[in-house]
Amino acid sequence: MSASVSTITSGKGGVGKTTTTANLAVALAGMGKKVVCIDGDIGLRNLDVVLGLENRIVYDLVDVIEGRCRLRQAMIRDKRMPELYLIPAAQTRDKSAVSPSDMVRLCDELREEMDWILIDSPAGIERGFRNAIAAADSVLVVTNPEVSAVRDADRIIGLIEAEEKGPAKIILNRVNQNLVKRGDMLDVPDVLELLAVELIGIVPEDEAVTVSTNRGQPVVLDSHSKAGIAFSNIARRMNGEDVPFVNMDDKSGLFDRLSRMLRTGGD
Amino acid sequence: MSSWVDKLTSRKPKSAEAAKERLKLVLIHDRMDITQVELESMKNEIIEVISRYVVIDQDAVRISMNQDGRENRLVADIPIRSKSHSRTR
Ligand SMILES: Nc1ncnc2c1ncn2[C@@H]1O[C@H](COP(=O)(O)OP(=O)(O)O)[C@@H](O)[C@H]1O
Ligand SMILES: [Mg+2]
Repeated sequence: MSASVSTITSGKGGVGKTTTTANLAVALAGMGKKVVCIDGDIGLRNLDVVLGLENRIVYDLVDVIEGRCRLRQAMIRDKRMPELYLIPAAQTRDKSAVSPSDMVRLCDELREEMDWILIDSPAGIERGFRNAIAAADSVLVVTNPEVSAVRDADRIIGLIEAEEKGPAKIILNRVNQNLVKRGDMLDVPDVLELLAVELIGIVPEDEAVTVSTNRGQPVVLDSHSKAGIAFSNIARRMNGEDVPFVNMDDKSGLFDRLSRMLRTGGD
Repeated sequence: MSSWVDKLTSRKPKSAEAAKERLKLVLIHDRMDITQVELESMKNEIIEVISRYVVIDQDAVRISMNQDGRENRLVADIPIRSKSHSRTR
């Protein structure tokens, strides 16, 4: 067995990387995959609370790298799933405690036993980002349909290409269909045209995300929520399934336009 | 029928359109790592260099940035005045 390493990153903070990582991890584990997710945001640990595993942390990523514990000891098992693990970030250290080659070594060790290794990247374009993509086989860029998020996504996509980790794929998060219909939010085809990269998921703005995050139960566990369905569709696409881009509350013909665009998109 | 409505609504483009148009320009400059001002002086220098060798129609010169996938393309359309034309003058 050799796992695929996928890094979830963004450029701008607060666009939904941690939410996405948690949900994709749970969704992939729900499909029977062995999954480990790594919180790469050293000093700003968050993936643990989003997954609801914050009470079980003993060791963290930096403990593993500095040899204070064995890898297995830092892997917190999520008991809701057959095979889902979290390696939490260190909270009292900074990004310089980890190097890109540490991440490559760690992932090489994990690859043997896992199907998927998901890495939650910190915002920004510095050390933390470089650590997070060092071992990546593929990179998913989360963005929102909003000027500053799209601009920063473009910057990060360029850096990912420069590091030869591209082409990145886009997750467009927090799409508000009412605003889109009113002409007051960038539409999916607009963002794809601007960024000129492949789309892997569209996640609607959904109150269920807030509610589920409050409880530490990722929204994919709620099979009725729109965001939950969107995240599980992304997980299926990661696994090579051909899942059409359908939007639950779209009647404006967006997805006709979108599929036309994708067909004529050239690749 | 409701032409005044059309006028009112068409005068102000939707904010999403404004966002897209602004982003297009911002991304071009970000990707090239060049400011609007530098781009302007680059254009002027291009024109100056070409003018040293041939006579060009300065007013008809068009130099623009086009996006082609993730690549940017500098597209220059520089009409050159024919020799016979300039000689007869
Ligand atoms: N699709 C969504 N709908 C509603 N709220 C969302 C959605 N995605 C993320 N959020 C909220 O946005 C905030 C930032 O998300 P987070 O995943 O922490 O971003 P990042 O890790 O990129 O900083 C959180 O409060 C989260 O609950
Ligand atoms: Mg985060």
